Amino acid sequence: MGMDHAASPGRLPGAFMTPGSSSFVDFLQGHAPTLLPGMRDITAGEAPATPHGTTIVALTFDRGVVMAGDRRATMGSMIAHREIEKVFPADEFSAVGIAGTAGLAVELVRLFQLELEHYEKIEGTLLSLDGKANRLSTMIRGNLGLAMQGLAVVPLFAGYDLDRGAGRIFSYDVTGGRYEERDHHSVGSGSVFARGSLKKLWRPGLEATAAVRVAVGALVDAADDDSATGGPDESRRIFPVVASVTAAGYVRVPQDELGRIVEDVLDERRAEHRRDRRETGDTDR
Amino acid sequence: MSMPFYVSPEQLMKDRADYARKGIARGRSVVVLQYEDGIAFATENPSRALHKISEIYDRIAFAAVGKYNEFENLRVAGVRYADLRGYSYDRKDVNARGLANAYAQTLGTVFTTESKPLEVELVVAEVGDSPAGDQIYRLSYDGSVADEHGYGYVVMGGQAERLGAVLAEEWRVGMSLPEVLSVAVRVLGSAGEGEQGEPRAIAASQLEVAVLDRTRPRRAFRRLTSSVLEELLAVAPPPA
Repeated sequence: MGMDHAASPGRLPGAFMTPGSSSFVDFLQGHAPTLLPGMRDITAGEAPATPHGTTIVALTFDRGVVMAGDRRATMGSMIAHREIEKVFPADEFSAVGIAGTAGLAVELVRLFQLELEHYEKIEGTLLSLDGKANRLSTMIRGNLGLAMQGLAVVPLFAGYDLDRGAGRIFSYDVTGGRYEERDHHSVGSGSVFARGSLKKLWRPGLEATAAVRVAVGALVDAADDDSATGGPDESRRIFPVVASVTAAGYVRVPQDELGRIVEDVLDERRAEHRRDRRETGDTDR
Repeated sequence: MSMPFYVSPEQLMKDRADYARKGIARGRSVVVLQYEDGIAFATENPSRALHKISEIYDRIAFAAVGKYNEFENLRVAGVRYADLRGYSYDRKDVNARGLANAYAQTLGTVFTTESKPLEVELVVAEVGDSPAGDQIYRLSYDGSVADEHGYGYVVMGGQAERLGAVLAEEWRVGMSLPEVLSVAVRVLGSAGEGEQGEPRAIAASQLEVAVLDRTRPRRAFRRLTSSVLEELLAVAPPPA
């Protein structure tokens, strides 16, 4: 097929017809590099204040993996958004959660979802879970220039490995370093507190509802000590985004079910505080 | 020294069209049929890896006959076109009409400017919220486009005319999926082997069948494996 396409407007450009790559990112790099998040020229200097997403947790359970993220985005000391969603399906069998600069992170997720779907359509088969994790790594590395200026994106990736029949979790650093995590992990500003909580609440072989409870509990603990993490908002009924990935695919926990679990977790904590007050005889609190 | 022959433009185009038509008629037919909940695609294709029917985007599918390497190239280009458009604008802004236009321009340019036309015929179909919103475009080797919406079915490749006549008899508006699949299988089998072959029954394992199912969320495309296909054909009512 000829390569002289300038002469015939409307015709699909040559890059579209070039065989070889199954990667949408590689295609963009060749055809429209300015559309890639990390390829834009930006002037040196301090980046202005932009919304930041905060805490994501992930943990394995007997049939797969659960991922959850709070709903707050902060800009300095201000709450920029109280309903932002930071946990997304990457494809049918994996989830990606993001902490860091919200605008870039959401764009990165959109590109990552497309990258996986594009591969699936062109090849007629799914990438392996390790393959997906490595693609995300490459995409994070492409954002390094922006990360150096304070616009970092730190994802957490989790999925169901169809070959091994188990849930797996991967964390990343801003240079694209990829680390497989055992059992559970958390990223973002409240992650220190969430990790401590996960360490105490997680048990091997949790079943699905219990795993969701642990995830919600870890986020409640993170929100307790980190001002940038939002706890469950009972008056507005804004709850964390919680999703499970199993052999049956990615499923977001429905609002009603999540509402009950959040209520349970909070009731349990209230009861503990009541007992604490009774035992210390402090009735004024 | 031999003199170059003068060939009239009419003759040149006719030769190219004949060449492309012959190539396309050599392969097996693909049928595309509207049914109540979507659009079904079927062809006789024993290969599980080399597809003639594929997903392009959320509500758009692609079917082709002719030379595999040529339509595979066009399919990949279509996926790239759709994904790039959806990424630059929004998923809702990707439609079959735009893709059909891009294909038409590409096929037309190759037909008139290059030494050999593409030996392919394509269908680009998009499923809407209701049968009235469905779009089916049929594209020929020379870049001509036919909007087949309103007829409800397309046959291309192989003995397309003969199969088209059978289909015109059997297809009705508002058929269910099992009904439309049993029509597709009968129609594909009616061609038989050779020019005047007897109708034959094609086993489910020899068929490549997919649907754009309007009731599915987001990605409407679904391949029907031979076991699913057998189940569906078993519940189809016998032909009237």
